[in-house]
Amino acid sequence: MRISVVDVVKRFGNFTALDHVRLEVRSGELLALLGPSGSGKTTLLRIVAGLDWPDEGEVQFDGEDALSRPVGQRNVGFVFQHYALFRHMTVFENVAFGLRAKPRAERPSESEIRDRVEKLLDLVHLRWLAERYPTQLSGGQRQRIALARALAIEPRVLLLDEPFGSLDAKVRKDLRRWLRNLHNEIHVTSILVTHDQEEALEVADRVVVMDKGRIEQTGTPQQVYDQPQTPFVHEFIGESIVLPVTVHGGEVQFAGRPIGIDPQGVAEGAATLFARPFNMTILPASAKADLEGVVKRIHGIGAARRVEIALGSEPAQTIVEVDALHDQQWCVGQLVGLQPEKYRLFSGLPKA
Amino acid sequence: MSTMPVAYRNQAMPVAASKHPAGAAGVVKQRTSGRVDVRADPAWVRMLVIASAVIFLGLFVVLPLVCVFTQAFAKGVDAYFAAIRSPDTLSAIRLTLLVATISVVANVVFGLIGAWAIAKFEFTGKNLLITLIELPFSVSPVIAGLVFVLLFGLQGYFGSWLAAHNIKIIFALPGIVLATIFVTFPFIIRELIPLMQQQGTEEEEAALSLGASGLTTFFRVTLSNVKWALLYGVLLCNARAMGEFGAVSVVSGHVRGETNTMPLHVEVLYDSYQFQAAFAVASLLALLALVTLVIKAVLETRLTEE
Amino acid sequence: MGSIVGILGYRRGAIPGFGITLGTTLMWLGLVVLIPLAALFLKTTELTFDQFIAVITSRRTQHALVLSFGLSFAAALANLVLGPVVAWALVRYRFPGRRLLDAIVDIPFALPTAVAGIALTTLYAESGWIGQVLASFGIKVAFTPLGILVALVFIGLPFVVRTVQPVLEDIDDELEEAAASLGAGRWMTVRRVVFPTILPALLTGFTLAFARAVGEYGSVIFIAGNLPNYSEIAPLLIVIRLQEFRYADAAAIAVVMLVASFLFLFIINGLQRWSELRTGTRQ
Repeated sequence: MRISVVDVVKRFGNFTALDHVRLEVRSGELLALLGPSGSGKTTLLRIVAGLDWPDEGEVQFDGEDALSRPVGQRNVGFVFQHYALFRHMTVFENVAFGLRAKPRAERPSESEIRDRVEKLLDLVHLRWLAERYPTQLSGGQRQRIALARALAIEPRVLLLDEPFGSLDAKVRKDLRRWLRNLHNEIHVTSILVTHDQEEALEVADRVVVMDKGRIEQTGTPQQVYDQPQTPFVHEFIGESIVLPVTVHGGEVQFAGRPIGIDPQGVAEGAATLFARPFNMTILPASAKADLEGVVKRIHGIGAARRVEIALGSEPAQTIVEVDALHDQQWCVGQLVGLQPEKYRLFSGLPKA
Repeated sequence: MSTMPVAYRNQAMPVAASKHPAGAAGVVKQRTSGRVDVRADPAWVRMLVIASAVIFLGLFVVLPLVCVFTQAFAKGVDAYFAAIRSPDTLSAIRLTLLVATISVVANVVFGLIGAWAIAKFEFTGKNLLITLIELPFSVSPVIAGLVFVLLFGLQGYFGSWLAAHNIKIIFALPGIVLATIFVTFPFIIRELIPLMQQQGTEEEEAALSLGASGLTTFFRVTLSNVKWALLYGVLLCNARAMGEFGAVSVVSGHVRGETNTMPLHVEVLYDSYQFQAAFAVASLLALLALVTLVIKAVLETRLTEE
Repeated sequence: MGSIVGILGYRRGAIPGFGITLGTTLMWLGLVVLIPLAALFLKTTELTFDQFIAVITSRRTQHALVLSFGLSFAAALANLVLGPVVAWALVRYRFPGRRLLDAIVDIPFALPTAVAGIALTTLYAESGWIGQVLASFGIKVAFTPLGILVALVFIGLPFVVRTVQPVLEDIDDELEEAAASLGAGRWMTVRRVVFPTILPALLTGFTLAFARAVGEYGSVIFIAGNLPNYSEIAPLLIVIRLQEFRYADAAAIAVVMLVASFLFLFIINGLQRWSELRTGTRQ
């Protein structure tokens, strides 16, 4: 099922949680809404679900207005961050709930319900827990049951709100992988909200990066990582070297000196250089590079060594961390050159 | 049963104060090296405190309770049962049960509705609403009866209208029920609100997202989650409703066999010097109190488990 | 409905039923509690201001009010002193019958007031078990204000104990150990460390016991003797005025009782908040 979010605005008092957000979710894809807390991603998810209502804008399911229906009639499967399992019902009763809550005319027979619930429990490999209560399950098990429960009503879209947020790192990784496999099997349109970029990049078909109620960029994990379109996306996804520079007379300058790189069409004035730590080469001072600095610290071992280099002089000094190549040896206090191999230039100063 | 001190509860649930098993604060804790716990009081202090507590409670609480039963049986077992089986007593018992049932049912229904409104939604004025709901606790029972007489008594605001339509409220069952509902108004709802607030709205949202209607969600999800607190509230409400004296006394008219609840009947018997009979009926109420306390203790352990 | 709901700052969400549940609740509250209480104040307006003053300053009324408030204060005070003792015994010590004693504390809550009333009267009458003993000392309790005091102590007993108990239980052991390690004797530790921590709870318990005692009727009227200007409590005076069909007078006395109680509660709440701030139990 296709979902269209059109110019949605949501305010809480003076705070704008969603600022004219537009989004298209393709049928059958697993889309991640990625962003820091306060970015509006959970609010957007809840609006799509019908647990919250926007102040302006539209939400459409396959072209039909979804906002005219309450949550129970939108046929969405919502998985909560803290599972929200019904504590007084067994696992079986939890998963069967949606089926039993259907109006009499649409309700399947008890034996059919039993069948379906057992199949779902098999899907999540937890059939053996059917008669237990939620308090008797581990976090990872609860989350899988929550998912099974949401799937029981055969939803048109699966909405997951930071589903793995409350779990340990190892369980999180396992469940992540398991979710992706599940999606490959059942192909239900899914939207996953997370603040964990590793999770989003690993699991999703497309990633929507959000900040402060706005969408910064939409793309595949590869696109979002390799071709970040805004400073926020560059910094939020992966690691970044951030260098304040100036574009002057068609040249890029650092600390008054041109550093010999293409301004990438950025306008005159203050700008910021973004690069990945492995996309800068450290050169010995003898190479007379345009960008020079002093080694402050080296940490890590082997291939994961990082060299902290101080560029420029006080008070405008910037420290950057660059990956050292395997066979290079540097010492603290050494004068070195830096050559950006691949970088992005954005207009404006870096945010504090 | 009268007001439970609000502050005595921890925020979420009403709990018996002494829930910690032995060992929370020992008398003389034997540490591994055998030294004395620095928080222990000297033996003489301990003796004095315990003795004072025992004497105080014994004198003020145990003796009166014992007195009820010794007086009830002062003329022997036969006299006891005769007093209980007297028609006036039986009708008082019936009336008490009827009034208590109606009050409890009314307070359960409106308590659940009110707790839902307060706990599941955000709106301004919530604190004011809760304060107003707890008003009956700060009002003397006599005043609680007075206000209904002012409204529905013969010289009350609606008195003439009621007389013209031959409707009796004061000096009849409706008045007694109203006064009882007034004094027991907050009991159930104030047990429900903190618990429902603590439980939040996630399970309800989950149920709604799975396609359940509002009513289905309420009955199958919310109600199961609050059932012990609800029972606890019912228990307190019932005990107070059955034992209420002041408010009912004012609205009742004291017609023997008709508008006397058990507490009023006790008064009537006592005032007419039928002491043994008065205590016999009183002993039933005392038994009710004891049974209520036992069930309360059981429910409290249930609530702490949750 | 929409605009009223808007005024309340309610934001639409998924949970249904806001309008109807709030509306029903307000209606129920209004019908059962607010309108009747309003009728009380309305009734007093039937008196002119002078009449109102005359009623509440009449000797009998004054005496009843002073008696009710005064004895309630004294009874709450007695519980303020003895309540912590009981709470301490229950929390800090282990002795046979402790659990039973703990359960006994709840009895004044649960026991219907009329039952307590006749039991206390029988006990403290000159022929009663305790009354006999006291009579030999020349002390008469039943049918005097002293009897009223006894009854009020009885019903206020659980309030202080039950508000202090949880606070005592929650006191961090380490506080007292720290005091001891700094050289404080046991009494000093209790006085300077434990007592301030339970002070807010003590005040709360006191307030509740006092409020309860002021309005108490059933447990008092049997033992009181009910002689005007001597042992007549304010609630009884209200009942008498009602029986005389002097509704407005009854309402006037009731209003004074309510307002005085609220004022007093307000002051005590303020005191309590102050003590909480000072002792750090509330930031």
